[in-house]
Amino acid sequence: MPAQARRGGWRRGLALSPFLLFTLFPFYWMLVTSLKTNRELYDLAAIPLVIRQGITLEHYTFLFRQTEFVTWFKNSVIVCTGATAISLVISIVAAYGLTRIKFRGSDLFAMGIFISYLVPSTLLFIPLAEMVARAGLTDSLWSLILTYPSFLIPFCTWLLMGYFRTLPREVEECAMVDGLSRLATLIRIVLPVARPGIVTATLFSFTLSWGELVYGLTFISSSTEKPLAVGVVAELVRGDVFYWGSLMAGALLASLPVVAVYALFTDQFVGGLTAGATKY
Amino acid sequence: MRDQRTGYLMVAPALIALAVLIAYPFLLSIYFSLSDKRVGLPGHFIGLENFEALSQDSVFQQTLFNTGLYTVVSVACKLVLGLTLALLLEKVVRGQRLLRGIILLPWVIPASLSTLAWRWMFDPSYSVLNWCLRVVGLGPGVPWLSDPWWARATVISVNVWRGLPFFAICLLAGLVSIPKEFYEAARVDGAGPRARFWYVTLPLLRPILGIVLLYSVIMTVSDFIIVHVLTRGGPLQSTHLFATLAYRIGLAGTRLGMGAAITLFLFPVLVVGAYVLLRIVRRGEEFA
Repeated sequence: MPAQARRGGWRRGLALSPFLLFTLFPFYWMLVTSLKTNRELYDLAAIPLVIRQGITLEHYTFLFRQTEFVTWFKNSVIVCTGATAISLVISIVAAYGLTRIKFRGSDLFAMGIFISYLVPSTLLFIPLAEMVARAGLTDSLWSLILTYPSFLIPFCTWLLMGYFRTLPREVEECAMVDGLSRLATLIRIVLPVARPGIVTATLFSFTLSWGELVYGLTFISSSTEKPLAVGVVAELVRGDVFYWGSLMAGALLASLPVVAVYALFTDQFVGGLTAGATKY
Repeated sequence: MRDQRTGYLMVAPALIALAVLIAYPFLLSIYFSLSDKRVGLPGHFIGLENFEALSQDSVFQQTLFNTGLYTVVSVACKLVLGLTLALLLEKVVRGQRLLRGIILLPWVIPASLSTLAWRWMFDPSYSVLNWCLRVVGLGPGVPWLSDPWWARATVISVNVWRGLPFFAICLLAGLVSIPKEFYEAARVDGAGPRARFWYVTLPLLRPILGIVLLYSVIMTVSDFIIVHVLTRGGPLQSTHLFATLAYRIGLAGTRLGMGAAITLFLFPVLVVGAYVLLRIVRRGEEFA
C-alpha cells in the first residue's frame, strides 16, 4: 500500500506540474525581466529564460527617480484605506441588522445586496463618470474613495451576513436583556467575536480596491492623482514604446502589498473565496 | 416595534449608498442609452437610435460575437481545467495548504498588473513563448496579438489563467465537503472510479458547480482589464468586448449615450445569472 501510494503521488505530481508551470511562469518572467539589463533584454541572440549578463536594479531606480511611482503608491494607500473603512462600517451595521432583526422588507433587501454583489463595475462606469464630473470630483482621489463602495459594500455585507449567522445569539440576547441597545451590543459584544469575519472582509476590500482599474482609468487623468494600478498600466506605456524592465518592476512592486497580505492570511482568503460558493 | 425601527436604521446607510451608486447610475445609463448624450454636453432623447445604429455597425457585431466566444470558451476551459485541478489537489496529502496558496496566486494578484506580464510574453519581437517554440522546433513563432484569431485565443488564455484558481479552489472546497460514506457505499455496490465520479461526485457537486459557473459567466462577460491591457481591442478592433468597446466609444470617443447603450447589453446576462443563482442558493438553504 505505501509503495502504491508513493507511486500515485509521483504520478499526481507529474499531472500537477503543467498547472504549476502555467500558474507561476508569468511571475517568474516578471522577476527575471525586472532584473535584466536592457542590453540583455533586447538581445535576440540571448537565452531569455535566465540572466547571464548580471543583475541590475536600474529598472527599479528608474521607477523611483523618473516616474510618479511613489505618489501612485501613496494615492493607492489613501484610496484603499478610505474606501475600505467607509464600506466596512456601513456593511457591518447593515449585515448585523439583516441577520439579527426581522423587519418588513429585510428579506427583499438581503436579496438586493446579493444582486448588487453580482453587478459588474463595467455596467456602471459610464453613468458614474458623468456623476463624478457633475460632482466636480474628476481627477480627485475622492472620486474613487466614494465610488469603490459600489462594489465593496455588497461584497462585505454579503460576506459578513454569512459570518454573523454562524455566531451564537445567546450572549447578545443576555446583553440586551441587561439593557444594552442594539448598537451598543454590536460594538461591545459582537465586534470582538466577529473579528475573523471582519478581517476577511477587510482583506478582500483592500485587495479588490488595490487592483481596480476601470474607475481609476475613467475618472482620473492627471498623472499625480492616479492610483498605483492605473499609473503602472497607463503611464509606464508611452505611445507604442514599452519600458519592459521598469514595467515589470512596477507591476511586481505594486503586487507586493497584496502578496504580503495574502501570504499572512491565506486561510482567510480561501475561506472568503469559498464562502460565497459553499455556504448557502 | 422599536426593534423594527432599529432594523431600518441599521440598513439605511447601505440602502442609500447602493441607491446612489448602483440604482441611480443604472437608471441614468438607460436614459443615456436613449439619448445622444456626449461628455460635457446635454443630451436629447432620440429613442432607440443608438441601438439601431449599433445593430448596423460591423464593429459592434464583431464585439457581440467576441463577447460570446470569450465567455463560452473561457468558462468552459476554466470549468474543465478547474475541476481537473481540484480532483488532483484533493488527493494531495502533504503540502496541500501550500499548494492551494500557490495555485490561488493568479487570482489574488490584480489582473491589471499580471496581464502586463502576459503582454510582454506575447511581444511581437521578444516573445519568450515564441522563443520556446523556436527552441523546440515548432516554427518561427505565433503572431499572438497581431492576428485577429490568435489575439482572440490569447485573451481567452489569459482569462483562463486568471480564473482557473477560483474554479479549482471553490470546487476543491466542494469536493472536500462530500461525505466519504457515499464513496464507500458506491464502492461496496461495485462502482469503479469512473462510475463514482459520474454518479457520486458530479451530482453532489452540482450546486457549487452551478454557483461558480454562473458567477464566472457574469464576471467574464463583463471583463475589461485583460482585453484593455493586452490588445486595446485591436488588431483593427477585432477583439473588443462590450466593456472595452463602450470605453472606447463612450469615454475616449466622448459619446456617452452610445457607450451606455453598449454596456446595457450586459444587463440580460446579469438578470438571467442572478435569477438562476438565487434559485440555487435558495434551494441550498432548504437542505442546510
